[in-house]
Amino acid sequence: MNVFKGQALSWQIVNGAIELALHREPCNEIGSLTLEELETFTASLPELAREAHALIIHSTQKAGFSAGADLRELYEGSRGMEKNDAVRGVREFLERIHGVMNALDAAPLTTIAAVHGVTFGGGFELALVCDIIIADRMARFCFPELRLGLIPGFGGIPRLKRDLGNAVVRDLLLTGRSFNVMKAQQIGLVSQIAAEGEALRVARATASQVGKFDRQTAIAAKQFVKPIPYEELKREIEIFCDLFSRPAVEEGLRKFVENEGPAPYLP
Amino acid sequence: MPTMDHTLDEILNLAASHFKVPREKLSADDDFFKSLGIDSLQALDLLTRLEHHFRIELPDYELQGVSDFRTLANRIQARL
Repeated sequence: MNVFKGQALSWQIVNGAIELALHREPCNEIGSLTLEELETFTASLPELAREAHALIIHSTQKAGFSAGADLRELYEGSRGMEKNDAVRGVREFLERIHGVMNALDAAPLTTIAAVHGVTFGGGFELALVCDIIIADRMARFCFPELRLGLIPGFGGIPRLKRDLGNAVVRDLLLTGRSFNVMKAQQIGLVSQIAAEGEALRVARATASQVGKFDRQTAIAAKQFVKPIPYEELKREIEIFCDLFSRPAVEEGLRKFVENEGPAPYLP
Repeated sequence: MPTMDHTLDEILNLAASHFKVPREKLSADDDFFKSLGIDSLQALDLLTRLEHHFRIELPDYELQGVSDFRTLANRIQARL
């Protein structure tokens, strides 16, 4: 399926690069709909990869790349359920999203996240599966999960550890603070900074450049420098599920979902 | 180092310009959520612009409970 237009995302091939656009309002919250469409995408990847050399993931939403997991769906889907049933549902979701993230991580393409604005939680984790992160000057990154009594669950910690020094990972994870693109470049997360509104254009230029090289060589280089930490990823699901069964999590989710004030995204 | 008044003035100028609010309608003790009509995502946008402008890093937890320009200026001043 070379062209797809879904409710949460769309893709097409432009000049040898698959452009995967996230367009679910308000800020590409990742819930069951997005997961389903991402699974459709990863199922189509072998066919797409025959005609493309790169993948660009970007957002058409003004607020940013993605605000992360759909906490409203998570809260409403698990509220009032028996704990074991709620944890089972969360585990199933996590295993499916890990399947998507692992497929993107291992894709035989050069993958580029072109991010702007809010790149939080699961959105940050989606960017982290990509080979290259190109960020708009106004991009902002955050792992806010500890505020909810959780850890990142879409593969964030193992992939952050893969790319950054552990001291920085501890700061970002344990403070739950957001940080800007200058910091992101300084710590080695973002390799290119684009002017405001220019991340997709810069990503397209980068995709065009990587298309000049022999694909098998590019795949071999990628596999050599970007191992996938499968064991840690599995462990992350276990820790997340253990934490999710605690009453503090439901309370944290309730506070976030029911917050009608101006500050739910501030710590 | 710039004075506190200078920092405060630059914050008010930047906020007025970006959120298209007349500068004369903003004052130091205003609740910036109300006077700019912004939500938390836009507040993060403002924080990012201020970090770039002043070339500082201001962790968002330092803004917990902060909603007026004067206290915001104090937090920024401490990072200059």
